[in-house]
Order: sequence, then structure tokens, then C-alpha cells
Amino acid sequence: MQTFKLGGVHPPENKLSAEEVVETLALPKQVIVPLGQHLGAPATAVVNRGDEVKVGQLIAKSSGFISANIHSPVSGKVFKIDDVYDASGFRKPSIIINVAGDEWLESIDRSEDICADIKLNQKEIVDKLNEMGIVGLGGAAFPSYVKLMVPDGKKVDYLLINGVECEPYLTSDHRLMMEKGEEMLIGATILMKGLNTNKAMIGIENNKPDAIEHLTRLATKYKGISVHSLKVKYPQGGEKQLIKALTGREVPSGKLPLEVGCVVNNVGTAFAVYEAVQKNKPLFERVVTITGKSIKKPSNFLVRIGTPIKELIEAANGIPENTGKIISGGPMMGKAVLNDDIPVVKGTSGILLMPDTEAKRREINTCIRCSKCVSVCPMGLEPFLLSKASMLAKFDIVEKELVMDCIECGSCSYTCPSNIPLLDYIRLGKNKVGQIIRNRNQK
Amino acid sequence: MNEVLIYAVGSLGAIGIVAAVILFFVAQKFKVYEDPRIDEVEEALPSANCGGCGYAGCRAFAEGMVKAGNMEGFNCPVGGADVMQQVASILGLVADVTEPMIAVIRCNGSLLNSPKKVEYDGIATCASASVLYAGDGGCSFGCLGLADCVVSCDFDAIHMNPETGLPEVNNNCTACGACVKACPRDIIELRNVGKKERRIFVSCINEEKGAPAKKNCTVACIGCSKCFNVCPFEAIEMKNNRAYIDYDKCKLCRKCVPVCPTDAIHEINFPLKKLIVKEEKAVETSAETVSAKTPATEKQDEVNKTEES
Amino acid sequence: MSLLSISASPHVHGDNSVKKIMWGVIYAMVPAMLVSIYYFGLDAVRVTLIAVAASIFFEWLFQKYLIKGADTYMDGSAVITGVLLAFNLPSNLPWWIIVIGALVAIGMGKMSFGGIGKNIFNPALVGRVFLLISFPVQMTSWPKASPIINGITDAITGPTPLGIVKEGLDAGMTVEQVMAQVPSFMQQFVGGIGGSLGEVSALALLLGGFYMLWKKIITWEIPVSILLTVVIFSGIFWLIDPTQYVNPMFHLLTGGMMLGAVFMATDMVSSPMSRNGQLVYGVGIGLLTIIIRMWGAYPEGMSFAILLMNAATPLLNITFKPKRFGRN
Repeated sequence: MQTFKLGGVHPPENKLSAEEVVETLALPKQVIVPLGQHLGAPATAVVNRGDEVKVGQLIAKSSGFISANIHSPVSGKVFKIDDVYDASGFRKPSIIINVAGDEWLESIDRSEDICADIKLNQKEIVDKLNEMGIVGLGGAAFPSYVKLMVPDGKKVDYLLINGVECEPYLTSDHRLMMEKGEEMLIGATILMKGLNTNKAMIGIENNKPDAIEHLTRLATKYKGISVHSLKVKYPQGGEKQLIKALTGREVPSGKLPLEVGCVVNNVGTAFAVYEAVQKNKPLFERVVTITGKSIKKPSNFLVRIGTPIKELIEAANGIPENTGKIISGGPMMGKAVLNDDIPVVKGTSGILLMPDTEAKRREINTCIRCSKCVSVCPMGLEPFLLSKASMLAKFDIVEKELVMDCIECGSCSYTCPSNIPLLDYIRLGKNKVGQIIRNRNQK
Repeated sequence: MNEVLIYAVGSLGAIGIVAAVILFFVAQKFKVYEDPRIDEVEEALPSANCGGCGYAGCRAFAEGMVKAGNMEGFNCPVGGADVMQQVASILGLVADVTEPMIAVIRCNGSLLNSPKKVEYDGIATCASASVLYAGDGGCSFGCLGLADCVVSCDFDAIHMNPETGLPEVNNNCTACGACVKACPRDIIELRNVGKKERRIFVSCINEEKGAPAKKNCTVACIGCSKCFNVCPFEAIEMKNNRAYIDYDKCKLCRKCVPVCPTDAIHEINFPLKKLIVKEEKAVETSAETVSAKTPATEKQDEVNKTEES
Repeated sequence: MSLLSISASPHVHGDNSVKKIMWGVIYAMVPAMLVSIYYFGLDAVRVTLIAVAASIFFEWLFQKYLIKGADTYMDGSAVITGVLLAFNLPSNLPWWIIVIGALVAIGMGKMSFGGIGKNIFNPALVGRVFLLISFPVQMTSWPKASPIINGITDAITGPTPLGIVKEGLDAGMTVEQVMAQVPSFMQQFVGGIGGSLGEVSALALLLGGFYMLWKKIITWEIPVSILLTVVIFSGIFWLIDPTQYVNPMFHLLTGGMMLGAVFMATDMVSSPMSRNGQLVYGVGIGLLTIIIRMWGAYPEGMSFAILLMNAATPLLNITFKPKRFGRN
């Protein structure tokens, strides 16, 4: 069974909504579309207060190389363009649209027919993805077209499609593979064409045997695409770990996957690519899992971007009385949010509600030097040392011990028997060291 | 037997003498000249090694001063004018006279004024929390209350008040600036101590517009410019939706204090009886400012004063 | 609804805890404890109880009046120290020596460094070595192991197999003559060799070791590297001259070898963090043990070897870093 070698943990999977077919969520009354949903520069609004917009209409333009277009997820009137609280409570510029009807742009092909014939050439594919505002849907929301722009002298051997979904609870990718497998494979073929490679590997953890079987059967029709079953281990969905698991190649520290001839895309992204290229549909909706042990109806919804997560929670039969934490994303790398008014953005893969008994951190004890954190670190670091040095503000040691290699997967904090929040301290050290390095480079 | 003794004493003595001679020459050869005034200056300095002067420690500061040959820009905030005068007399130079400063906390978002909306459950450092989220009260400019400034202080001059959840500075403060650097939100500012230790400052640095600012915190500066308009000395500047009082221009006339609709402007160490009593509202607000908003600071300062006198 | 809490990821925690690890070790020691009771009877119970009770008491005392930290006396670490100390003592030791041993183990070996997680030496071994040097007579006269079903043991004392071999070889006897006086390998493996409570049965100790491996409390690196080194190093000498040096199997099965390799050297606090560091640590313990056993003054060298390598642990932690990802 293929997997990555170094470290890793196996948290309880809790895939509560794995069998729930994706439903379309009813349109909300108002959507809040933040301008900075992706990695890189926030987009610039191109609509004004009071403008009428249609579904799929461009409302904010990419403002740099690493940036992405944003399209209206609903039809209606722009209520205002203002700063709105994001998930962390910082106010960020957003476009607020009052929903009226559901009128789509005519250019979008809304039929369910599968079109496998790829008409665009490589350059056109790249431009199309840029135009349609496609970003990575795995979480980081990196603009996808940038990944297809392979610099001269570099060659892509493999396109890797990430169907691992190693985060506990989340099932949106799983459902997508089950329900839109065909489309996703066409999307992968488009990406292969865009990257000028003829080999693609889809990695799926073996806790999703139905998806593995389904895609293996479908993939026989598509040249060059193979489906690989991977042993369940977190953080296999991490780019570097997935490349290691599928190809055995190790991305050198501080380098991009391109260095070893690989490009990784999420299954959700592959589906979005299909819709953008074949159906001319911009990225304005995505599948979001709403889950949690206390929630009555864990489900998967197709949600328009900008829908407040409150609506999602309502659709899953409301917020339980004992909710202690709302997490955007999975429990290992997701972000605790301040309230349920925040909108779904392109990178939202799931909303997880935790009962207060689970949400609170446990009491911290002294380090007993059990070295479990060292053995689970997928990057071969020494979390105990990094966190202690960060705690004592010895940032020269933190840097020397390679803190910048940390992928913040949280395996160390997860496994620590003394409940030490190792990653909190390491992240602190990483931020500081990042600042120190930036200052040094400026000089 | 005697011979053995003599041999031993003789040979050891000879080795000792040879070694002493070698050491003497080596010491001569590698002698480093050091200006004796560096030691004298260092002696005069408070040897807190806090780094408030911008040098790595008191010795580095002394070296820098002796090397520079003048005292422009050299100031020991801990020792203050006295120490600098003393140093000046050692070096035969003129001291760069600076006014004494003190750290001021420009946030009044206490548990009462800006109630908790969420509960922070991470490690207790502001540096970590400030990256993670806006703050318990919802203000992304306000104090996080996790005491990085208290930890950074070498002089026991800053403490958390458990009732308000905010730090408070006492008169131990030497204005070394460690807390200013430690605060990830730049809330702490060094301001001059002022005549009779009287100070007026805007206790808010939030840059939000009025409505959202007020929603998070009842004593936020909402950028209404009322104080700006009333100030006769042009000491107040409005920038990014907030007022800032320039302490060099401020004449402590206190006109701005009563006009502030959110009580964001604080005055401290002013005697209560001399309150402006012309307007009833003014009395009300300033009384509130003194009694309700900064009771602890006020008290703390009074205590320190009595202790000093 | 109470306030939502905010913290950085990860938001879940595995089911590891200090308590779980410590009690796991204690469960692993049960087979060896039962065997010791089988051979030494109520005396074994007496020694174990005194050692454990004294350890917990001193842990509580020092924590309360010296360190003034959170209560740690029931987290299981003091119990482990107590049982391990008892494993290293003969069953006929007077109670006050045991108490002194516990005092030194907890007080000097652990609390003086700041309590759990901060000690550089294995506390139980500090206690044992202290007693061994201070009370050599009491510490090396062992009651002969005989199952309690054969009647309660009386005060028959005799040396351990290692002691017999050491004395014999020093007196100029050949290995063959000496080996005739010690129990067979099978007996050594299953139990019944003379010695302290914990070293009578290699099998029981191994059982505990496998339990800890299964529960992921220890990793294979340290015990395997120690045992392999012992076999290889003593094997080389045995191959060179079988009349002068004893069979490696003998070294493997006698004395505190298994006890040390499985329970003592694997002590988390005082062993290295990285895999390579652990391997070097194990090899070091193996070599030192054999060197002390062959050429040292003491018949048994395991405790000294472990303590010496404990001292080298910080150095090993600096020298041997884990294999980094993407940096070759």
C-alpha cells in the first residue's frame, strides 16, 4: 500500500456525511463576497453600489499575477461595497449583493450533458482558468492558472489529482468523486493538456473504497490517468506528502513541486476546471460539508460563494445548543471562526461544529520527552525543540532547526501526551523567523 | 630526603618564574588599549541593560558615547536627565536634554467597555493571538490582554488589572520602550511625563469608522473630530478615523476632554476640585472619566505619588 | 449557548496522555512482578510495596514543599520508579534501605532536576546505584530463587549467575567449569535464576516489552540495538576464545540485561529523541555493559552503562537529528 514514509498520524475519521448525496442549498437573501478569497492580492471591484448583476457576471477583477477574478454568485442588486468581518474578525473589503431571482448569464452552459471534447489549446486553457477565477479548492485557494504556467526549462512529468481528503469529517471531495467522476476526469484531462503532460495520477485514501472503485472503472476510458489507493494517514493531502506517496519523489526544502516535475490539483479544482472550460461557468459555487458529532443532519451542499454559513447550519437542522466551536475546514488544519455570519468563500471545504466538551483544549502538562512529536512529524523536524525555543524567544535556534520547513499540519500537537500546544508555539516562531528573514533579505 | 625536597622546591620555583616571565611578555604583547572613561561612564549608568537606549547594553552604550565624542542622540531613558548630566561631566560634554517619558496604554477596551464575544483558548501570548483573530471583544486594534508587555518589562512597571483585563503602568516606568516593542498592536506609546505628571491622551487607536468601532467598544474613538475642532493649540491631528494628541503641542488645557462623545480622551493626575464646572455635561463626563473609566490608573498614580513624597 | 472558543489548529487531540503512558508501563511490569512473587513469595510483595509507597510519598513531599507545582504523585511516574527500584533490589533487603533508595531515586534522581520530564538520569537507577555503592553487602547477597510452591524460602543466599562467572573466571577457572555451576539457558530464560526481583525471568520482561511495543509506548530501536550489540560484541570474543569468554546467550539472558533493555533504557525522559540517536544510545549501552561485565570490577554493568549513556543523551540529541524531509 502506497503512502508517504516519514511521520504521520491517524486521527479518527468521523466521515459522518460520506453517504449524503450533495444537495443544492436554497439561495440566501443576501450574499457577502469578500474580495480577498484567494492567495495573493485581493481583487478590485468592478461594480458599483446599486448595479444589477447576473449569476456569473464579473464583479471583481484580478489585480496582479497572483490574484483571481471574482464572479457574482447570485443575481440581484449590489447593496454596497464595504468592509465586512472575515472569519478571524478583521474587516476586509467585500461586495454585498441582495439576491433577486436567479438569472444566469446566457454564456453559461447549464445543461447536464457531459462534453468530453476539449476544443481549447494550451494557451486558451490557461487564459480560460484565469478568466473564470478558478483557484485551488483544497483550502489554500491558490490561483490555478499560475500552476499551469510552467517556466521554460521545467518539464511536468505528472499531474497529481488530490482525492485524499485526509482531514477527518470532511466529505465534499469524496462526494464529488462519486457524483461527478466523469466530469472530474475530463477536468484532469484538460489540466494535463494545459501542463503538456500525458500522465496523471489520482491519489485516494483507502477509506473511500467506493470512490476508488468508481474512478478506476471510469478512468479506463481516459488515456494516461491512473487511480491509486493510498493507506490512510494524515497529512497525506499535503502537497509534498502526496507527491512522496505517489511518485516517491521528495520536494526539496523551500522549492515548489515543479522542481520534481509534479503539479498537484485537488479533485474539486479538476471539476471546477471542467465547468470553466467546457461549460464556460465561472467559479461561484462549491460543495461544502456541514458536519459535526452534535449536528442532527451532517450533509454536503452545493453552495453559492458568499452564502453566510448560518444558512448552511440551518439547512443541517440548526446550531446545537452545546456548540463550543465553529471551524471552517477540517479539525486538523481548519480555522476556528468567530461567529456564524461569515460567508462561504472559494476555499471553504467544510463547516465543522464541535460541542463545547470537545472544543476546549486540555490541561497542559510538562514535556516528558517521549519523542512522539518527533516520530509523527512528516517533515522530520523536532517539534519539542522548536516550540521550546520559540517559547523562550531564541529565534536563531528556531531558524537553525528549520522551522520554515514546517507545514503546520498539527500532527505534533495532536499526538502530544502532555497536551502541549506545540504548533501554537512553532507557528509563533515561524512568523518571527519569517519576519527576520524578510528583514535580512531587504538589507 | 633533603635533596628531594630541595629539588622539588627548586624546579617548581624555576618553572613558576619562567611561566611568570612568559605571561608578562604575552600580556604586554596583546594588551588592548581601552579608554578608561568607558568604565567610568558605565559606572554612572544604571546597569539595567534594558536596551532602551538602542544599544545592546549599558557597556555598549558607554562605548558608543565615548567613541562618538558628543552626546547628541544619546539618552538613557532609565537614568534620565540626572544620569546623563553625570555622564556629561565625566566626558566633559553637554548632555542632550530630553524630557522624561512614560509608557501610556492607548486602549480602554476593558471587559466592561468591550465585552467578550468569544473565548480565546490558545497559548497566552499576544504575539500568537494577534495573528489568529481580532480579539475577544471584536476590536482588531484593541488590547488582547495576554500580557506580552508585562513579560517584557524589566522594571516591574506594568501589570495586568484582572478587573479590566488591561495592563496598567506605574511610576516605576523608565520609558525603556520594551513594552512598545512587545505589543503586537502598537497600543503602547511613550509620551512625555508632563508637568506635575499630568497627561492627556486619546485612549484608543482604532481606525474603524464610527459605527463598527462603537459596536465593538463603547469607549472607542469614532473619529468625530470634535476634539480637533475645540483644540486651541492645533495639538490634535485626525488621521485614519482617529484622533491623536501631539504631546509636544498639547498645553494640557483639557478643552478636548469633555467634548469627546465616547470618553476616549483620558486625563490623569489632574486634581478633582479644579474641574471645569461651566457645563453640566462636562462635569458629568469628566467625572466619569476620572472615576469610572480609569479608577485604577488614577489610584495607582496617587499611591505612587504619596510613596514618593 | 456559551461563548464560542477560538484557538489555532489542530482542534482535535489524540487519546495520548501522560497518565495513559505511565499506567501502560505499569501494566507491562505486571508479568515480571508476578514471577518475582512466584519465586520470592511475600518478600517480593513487601519490597515492591515499600518501594512504591516510599516513592509516591517522596514525590508528593518534594512536589509540595520544594517545587510547589501541580500534584504529580499520582500520574504513575512515581509508581514506575518505585516498581523499577524494587525490581533492582534483592527480596531480603531491610525496609529502611529501600526507603533510602526511594528517597535518593525520587529526591536526587528526579526532583532535584525539577520533577517529571526534567531529570537527566533514570531515577530508579540512580537509587539502585546509590544503594549498590553504599550497601554492597546487603545489595549483593540474594536469596536463592525457588518457587513458593516448594515452601517458603528461608535465608539461603547465593550469588547471581553473573557473580558466579565473574568470581570463577577471576579465580582462573575455565568457562566450561564455571558454566557447569550456573543454571541452563532455558532456566535463565523462563525464570528461576538468582538475583534481584526483576531479573529472575527474561521471558516475563520480554512479555512486558512486547506489550509496550504494541501500545506504542516504546519503540523498537533502543531494546533491539542494545540486545544486538550485546550478542555481536560478546559473540566476537566468544568466537575468538570460547575458553576465556562466555557464550553471548549467557550475557543476553542473565542479570539486568532484559530489565535494562526493556524498562530502564527505554525511559522516555532520559533517552534520545531521534531514531538515529536512539540507535547510537542503544549500541553504547550494549558495549559499555559488556565491557564492564568482562573487565570491570562489578559482575553487572547494565546500570552503569545506562547511566553513562543517559549522561550522553543531550549530546546525542544535538548530534543526531531526525531524517529531514526534502533535505538530502
